[in-house]
Amino acid sequence: MAYLDNAATTPMLPEAVAAMTKLLSEPGNPSSLHASGRKARRAVEESRERVARAVGCGSAEVVFTAGGTEANNIAVKGIAWDQRSKDPRRIRVVAGSTEHHAVLDPVQWLGDSEGFEVTWIKSDSEGRITPEALREALGDDPTDVGVVSVILANNEVGTVNDIAALTEVTREFGIRFHTDAVQAPAWLDLNFSELGVCAMSISGHKVGGPHGIGALIISRDCHVTPLIHGGGQERDVRSGTLDAPAIVAFATALEISSERRAETVARVSALRDDLVTRVIQIAPDAIYTGAKKDRLANNAHFIFPGCLGDSLLMLLDAQGVECSVGSACNAGVPQPSHVLLAMGADDDAARSTLRFSLGSTTTQSDIDKLIEVLPSAIERAKRAGVPKLTTAPVRA
Amino acid sequence: MRVLAALSGGVDSAVAAARAVDAGHDVTAVHLALSRNPQSHRTGARGCCTIEDSNDAFRAADMLGAPFYVWDLSSEFQEKVIEDFISEYAAGRTPNPCLRCNESIKFEAVLERAMALGFDAVVTGHYAQIFQGENGPELHRAVDPLKDQSYVLGVLTADQIAHSMFPLGDSTKVEVRAEADRRGILVAAKPDSHDICFIPDGDTAGWLSRQIDSVPGVVVDAETGNKVGTHAGAHAFTVGQRRGLALGNPTGDGERRYVVDVDVKNNVVMVGPPVLLDIDLIETIKPRWAGPVPASGSRIHVQIRAHGDALPATLHIGDDGSITIQLDEYLRGLAAGQAAVLYDGTRVIGSATVSRSRRSASV
Repeated sequence: MAYLDNAATTPMLPEAVAAMTKLLSEPGNPSSLHASGRKARRAVEESRERVARAVGCGSAEVVFTAGGTEANNIAVKGIAWDQRSKDPRRIRVVAGSTEHHAVLDPVQWLGDSEGFEVTWIKSDSEGRITPEALREALGDDPTDVGVVSVILANNEVGTVNDIAALTEVTREFGIRFHTDAVQAPAWLDLNFSELGVCAMSISGHKVGGPHGIGALIISRDCHVTPLIHGGGQERDVRSGTLDAPAIVAFATALEISSERRAETVARVSALRDDLVTRVIQIAPDAIYTGAKKDRLANNAHFIFPGCLGDSLLMLLDAQGVECSVGSACNAGVPQPSHVLLAMGADDDAARSTLRFSLGSTTTQSDIDKLIEVLPSAIERAKRAGVPKLTTAPVRA
Repeated sequence: MRVLAALSGGVDSAVAAARAVDAGHDVTAVHLALSRNPQSHRTGARGCCTIEDSNDAFRAADMLGAPFYVWDLSSEFQEKVIEDFISEYAAGRTPNPCLRCNESIKFEAVLERAMALGFDAVVTGHYAQIFQGENGPELHRAVDPLKDQSYVLGVLTADQIAHSMFPLGDSTKVEVRAEADRRGILVAAKPDSHDICFIPDGDTAGWLSRQIDSVPGVVVDAETGNKVGTHAGAHAFTVGQRRGLALGNPTGDGERRYVVDVDVKNNVVMVGPPVLLDIDLIETIKPRWAGPVPASGSRIHVQIRAHGDALPATLHIGDDGSITIQLDEYLRGLAAGQAAVLYDGTRVIGSATVSRSRRSASV
């Protein structure tokens, strides 16, 4: 089997599995006051320090969450609410048009249900949010903006945004800036303090850690209105018993992937470049999307004209090659990718995509396997075609 | 064979797929997403395409060890089934959307895509049987008369039948449920779906009234030509309908009046005594043959409703290929748009869409 879907999730690093399983059978709530509690608390706090070192922030700025989606929700909603409560003029939320659904949907919800105004920042044709586009979205008078959120590295096409350049734009207006960095830590040397953001989301299972754990890095001066109320854990931002085994495993994975980053990036980007070259040789009409530089080392994303992405995925799956049409979808009906649409692709192209995302365990034989089975998959998928979309409404 | 099992999330398609696995086929499962905005949960026995159904289909596939995918057919369904349903009603006809779905979606869009992707056949949970006859595969009624679905498969062509598998045709529903239970299929007790899947509340008239602009018009006595009432929109009426006419003055003989014709062009609903509904000559359009075309003058049976009787008749085929059906006895109430499915014993010969029906001089 060739697993080329590491942007969806990564296999856990053996060191992370060992760290996690060791703690699973031990008693101790990190909030308890006895010896077992203190031991668990120590594991959590040491992990907090390791996470902070890995992403360039202070340990007090690390708030553990149940994953990237929760971190994004806390940031987007929590900052928007807090800012509006302090200054009622701040009723606008500004976000990139290429955001992951974990930002896209909370932003849309704030607009639909919470009385905020929403401005989407236009993407360029490579999936990049430029300072010019941000300026245009902010408009002449950005004093009504409560929070800006822009993804650090796009989960579908792998384009890396220059967050430091974007926060230059918002700094003069004192606007809070959040970035979804979930795809980034394994591939980019993140330094929270240099990005100029006040909040940044990261996730465990994208870096060889477990599912269900992540963190929101929040600067000391950034306040959020909590989504979850309870025991007041995690600076009162995120109540709930801390998951010590998952936190330790997350910190272990993040630390190891940071230590090995230079070597992994060099090896994986060479494999990725080989994949891209050979895919284009097989399918000269395929379009390699996204940024050519400023791109995640593990991402290769294509439009295969005339092939439904779903058809290709199924055919490759049957041959033991696992990839994705873009971001994973749980809503039942696959939709054309909003990221591709934001980049200017039409409906057909936005449904004719495949994402190959490599990881630390990817080998040359995985790429060879893909190249071996891709030609017949493309041929069959082309025969099946891309059915047209109709949008005629039926009145409910 | 490499076969594609269409799993609705219900009992029948799950057992059908399980039987295909048992028969040694390499089975891949798909759930057809027919709605762009599916509801998250089923409410009652209506509807078919909730996320819960998709999850049930996933679990059934999982138990069979079959890879599972969701195929988005919502655009095709919208265009070929829902819009066709609306335009047929708007034209004063009474369509059968399940037939249209089989014709355009399950055994056309899905089958064609499956064949292109390298599958040999599509397997579904329909109750019908396919036998190898002298002239190729034949479509026959299921053994369970209560569940027989050969009528809604009457639109299948010989080529489509050749690439279809209906593993449930030799079983009764009771047997299939018991088998699902025995196999541990979690949806064994799930109720059958009923009615029209895209009208979840079952209120077809109400739903149609939101899709078609209603123009009030007159109700006319078919025998006298006199105006006897008004209506809120002709499309809401079907030939044979009695309820909802709200006619003030009854007929002279006190007999109940029925809709005998719907003239959408002039926005007139014609009513009359039930005897005017008695017809024996059926003119049709869009013939589709399940095998060799029979000789004109053949004695056949015709079925004009999903669970209607098979009526003895004589088939006449015109020089242009059009089908006219002469019934042996009068039939009460047949609306244009309904499908006439033709049988030779248990074998489906073909089907056609009713365009007009009347009383012949010969009976």
